[in-house]
Amino acid sequence: MLTYEIVVIGGGPAGLAAAIEAKKNGIESILIIERDGELGGILQQCIHNGFGLHVFKEELTGPEYAEKFIHELKQMGIAYKLDTMVLDINKDKEIHAINTIDGFMTIKAGAVILAMGCRERTRGAINIPGTRPAGIYTAGTAQRFVNMEGHKVGKRVVILGSGDIGLIMARRMTLEGAKVLAVVELMPFSGGLTRNIVQCLEDYNIPLLLSHTLTEIRGKDRVEGIVIAKVDENKKIIPGTEQEFDCDTLLLSVGLIPENELSYNAGIELDPITYGPTVNEAMETSVEGIFACGNVVHVHDLVDFVTQESRRAGKNAAGYIKKEIKKESQTVHTHPEKGIRYIVPQRVRIANVGQKLDLFMRVDNVYQDVYMVVKINDKEIKRIKKKHLAPGEMESLEIQKDDLVCEEGSMISILLEKEGA
Amino acid sequence: MKSKEIICIVCPNGCYLEIEKKGDEYVVRGNKCPRGKIYGVKELTNPTRVVTTTVKIKDGKLKMLPVKTRDPIPKNKISACMRAVDKIEVKPPISVGDVLVQNIAGTHVDLIASRSV
Ligand SMILES: Cc1cc2nc3c(=O)[nH]c(=O)nc-3n(C[C@H](O)[C@H](O)[C@H](O)COP(=O)(O)OP(=O)(O)OC[C@H]3O[C@@H](n4cnc5c(N)ncnc54)[C@H](O)[C@@H]3O)c2cc1C
Ligand code: SF4
Repeated sequence: MLTYEIVVIGGGPAGLAAAIEAKKNGIESILIIERDGELGGILQQCIHNGFGLHVFKEELTGPEYAEKFIHELKQMGIAYKLDTMVLDINKDKEIHAINTIDGFMTIKAGAVILAMGCRERTRGAINIPGTRPAGIYTAGTAQRFVNMEGHKVGKRVVILGSGDIGLIMARRMTLEGAKVLAVVELMPFSGGLTRNIVQCLEDYNIPLLLSHTLTEIRGKDRVEGIVIAKVDENKKIIPGTEQEFDCDTLLLSVGLIPENELSYNAGIELDPITYGPTVNEAMETSVEGIFACGNVVHVHDLVDFVTQESRRAGKNAAGYIKKEIKKESQTVHTHPEKGIRYIVPQRVRIANVGQKLDLFMRVDNVYQDVYMVVKINDKEIKRIKKKHLAPGEMESLEIQKDDLVCEEGSMISILLEKEGA
Repeated sequence: MKSKEIICIVCPNGCYLEIEKKGDEYVVRGNKCPRGKIYGVKELTNPTRVVTTTVKIKDGKLKMLPVKTRDPIPKNKISACMRAVDKIEVKPPISVGDVLVQNIAGTHVDLIASRSV
């Protein structure tokens, strides 16, 4: 049986940053396991720019961002296995993995870092009516086909869902000579970053149809057209608002879900809102010594935050191996209230908080001119003014250690309040 | 002049900018950093974008090489740039940052590799 002090599952930006940070914190024996043929994760297909402004203070494309970390990792001599799939893990931190060179392996780890990223929701997950012809892809699959395989995906395209991948693909397919007829979004607002709406849709005059849904897919062997209709506040179709599009391709950009089959089977507690493991301030899951970071915990829109979170996971996993983490501590919980969908981390051991505690969250709707209010057991400790909040943009806030006056079982809650309320 | 509202796209923060022309000067409000001011003025006078795309790789394990313009190019040159890129095929080894085409489509900006192969 192979043994390592730390095993990282997934070689995307999360896994890379976590492994590098663990090594910087004195851990020598580290292994990254990646099922793909190269390191870098989803970044290798994200050829657009917009990565790295926080971490590197420059705007990089996905592959450039990944290459900086891959280079550092190789220089540090951290071991990795490619084309290797992790099949399962258990609470004793035993990992079963398989590849064509080593065959089936059992690997024993002192600590595990989960960094498997996320996968796209598919058509099955959202119930689309009509036939099942060819020409329907998830946006990420289309991105991989176009950017890595060099295939043309279609000539007349409609995109369902306005998440970032859909917006990025609207521009990409336009540049590749396709006609993108519309981006159709069920909600009254877009799920993507505002900058992507400007530079991917407005720049190319691609209409964004909010509060619309797909009602029919036409075509037997290949998509020949689709029908959409407007929906009311209750997302019910408004009769008579149907519109037809003559298209050969439909891209689905209807959301991402953390990839947590491994976590679930290992008995790790998952958060029903994020679909990722619940974690504490150290990015440790409900199973001692198993850490998690990046999109496997909650879907990030900025890779910079993935990197920051993963460095924390790597540092703490190293601290766990070196027995520097204080396990005995008052534990408090975070609790999303009015306007907030979720908060990461879900648990905080006060004794391990340094100068400040960082919390990450998403709101449930678009808000203008509101206050984000932080309370400990109903006592307000912080209030931050926000001009603009949207579900597509992750928010974060800091709580100073001195403000964390808590006892065992205390609750840190965050909510939104209207200005003047 | 009336002020104009645009969204800064320089970084994913997407600040809401308000730009007002006062004589020959532009006053920008709402930017969280100085880059937003530069962007706001440029967007009103000469809008530019970085183009990212791919070129074919000859006999490589990887089929497509991601590339980008080193700096932003004028928006109205984007399609000319894409047409020029279409004609290119490259051969490994290539390092990230290597210049593949100088002065692409007459923009005075180079096309460079976004990764090593
Ligand atoms: C289309 C798209 C556009 C984006 N645009 C931007 C942008 O403009 N700016 C920005 O800052 N961010 C952007 N992001 C976000 C950023 O790319 C992601 O947040 C980031 O890549 C997440 O990193 P990760 O390491 O958690 O996951 P991933 O990059 O998905 O890496 C996970 C890795 O784990 C591996 N893996 C999974 N399961 C197993 C297993 N069982 N065994 C072995 N290996 C496994 C996978 O193969 C993969 O390599 C974008 C994301 C997408 C999808
Ligand atoms: S003003 Fe600065 S912080 Fe705001 S979006 Fe522009 S570059 Fe980003």
